[in-house]
Amino acid sequence: MANLGIDVLFKGTNFLRLLQGLWVSVEISLVSVAISILLGLVVGVLMTFNKLWLKAILKIYLEIVRIMPQMVLLFIVYFGTTRVFGWDITAEAAAIFVFSFWGVAEMGDLVRGSIKSIPKIQFESAYALGMDKKQTYFYIILPQTIRRLIPLSINLITRMIKTTSLVMMIGIVEVLKVAQQIIEANRKASPNAAFGVFAVVFLLYFIVCWPISRLAVYLEKRWA
Amino acid sequence: MSELLKVTHLQKKFGDNVVLKDINLSVKKGEVVVIIGPSGCGKSTFLRCLNGLEEIQDGVIVVDGLPVEAGKREITKLRQKIGMVFQSYELFPHKTVLENIILAPMKVQKRSKDEAIKEALELLDKVGLVDKKDYYPRQLSGGQKQRVAIVRALLMHPDILLFDEVTAALDPEMVHEVLETMLSLAKSGSTMLIVTHEMSFARAIADRIIFLDKGEIVEESSDAKSFFIKPTTERAKKFLKTFDYE
Repeated sequence: MANLGIDVLFKGTNFLRLLQGLWVSVEISLVSVAISILLGLVVGVLMTFNKLWLKAILKIYLEIVRIMPQMVLLFIVYFGTTRVFGWDITAEAAAIFVFSFWGVAEMGDLVRGSIKSIPKIQFESAYALGMDKKQTYFYIILPQTIRRLIPLSINLITRMIKTTSLVMMIGIVEVLKVAQQIIEANRKASPNAAFGVFAVVFLLYFIVCWPISRLAVYLEKRWA
Repeated sequence: MSELLKVTHLQKKFGDNVVLKDINLSVKKGEVVVIIGPSGCGKSTFLRCLNGLEEIQDGVIVVDGLPVEAGKREITKLRQKIGMVFQSYELFPHKTVLENIILAPMKVQKRSKDEAIKEALELLDKVGLVDKKDYYPRQLSGGQKQRVAIVRALLMHPDILLFDEVTAALDPEMVHEVLETMLSLAKSGSTMLIVTHEMSFARAIADRIIFLDKGEIVEESSDAKSFFIKPTTERAKKFLKTFDYE
């Protein structure tokens, strides 16, 4: 069998470093996903309101996010703002900002779609019981929205996790960067490491994303 | 007896289309008023105006001395006095039967959970559904869902109950159980406004029949039996004939 170069990971603290890199990726994803879900719910609700100016602003926001490559946004926020506005933000903060900026818009749009798919008469049924708008959203509409949202948002969440590999471009040492460092440090001793190490990174991403998609299947079944 | 609901000169338009014109009606406490009429005559819209689900363009609706105004903050207070049961039940699908029933009493009327549950179970027992309290709506038949919806409205202790074609979506064998529930409510002295296509039920339950056609009250009778045998207006005669097969 060909040498896959996995042995490199068992030298010194290499594997531990890789896991630490993974944690950096997961941390950025977790924080961004949490922000995206919370603010996405708010933005999604706002998107269903019949205020023209509000709709216009949110529409522009959503389109900017859709058009702009995440990497460009990362560069603007991390490198661009430092000189122009004199902001001294850490790379992690810039990454979380960019990923949340993206996630909130897309999550908001998913929330909007889910709310729209709930029949109008469910609102009326709640109003007829004397509930006000806030209570109706909180107890009746949003719980149903979240149930519909889960399968849709899993796609977005795993995409966000995978896209965190971009943050190494602004100097964050996350799992992919660590993998590159390990491979380069061992270029002479094990030239095959590129295969083995990246394959392990691939597996690590899978291990992070897979439980999320299983959880979604479980919740979907339970709430069906 | 005291007047609970008074509607004067009500007008409702959708755009330029006038769906209700100059409706006048007053309902006393304990009265059961049945509204019949052809499809699209405005019956359901009329009920929806009464609890502010539809805005009205002209006229006044007064419930227990307070004006019904859609879109106003006070409307949530008024709606607690007006229970409504829909054709398609509209239970909340993510909540169990019991949770559906006690939600509004707890959150809107701020009653204690224990007290709300206690009363909910008593009422569920009356409609024969106490063993279904932990079921989700999707696990119930149409007739069972509708009885839960009625209990849900009742737990708010409304002064008036509105029934909007509550049996129209039900299989024939389920209609009976729902109508029985309504009959016993009527006997217990509830004030009810019922829109229905069940003519024999209308005759049995009504203190007063309102015949609505093309957005106006064409005939009104406080003698349900004679209305069904001998309506006075041509339009009512023609309408009632559509239920006869000879």
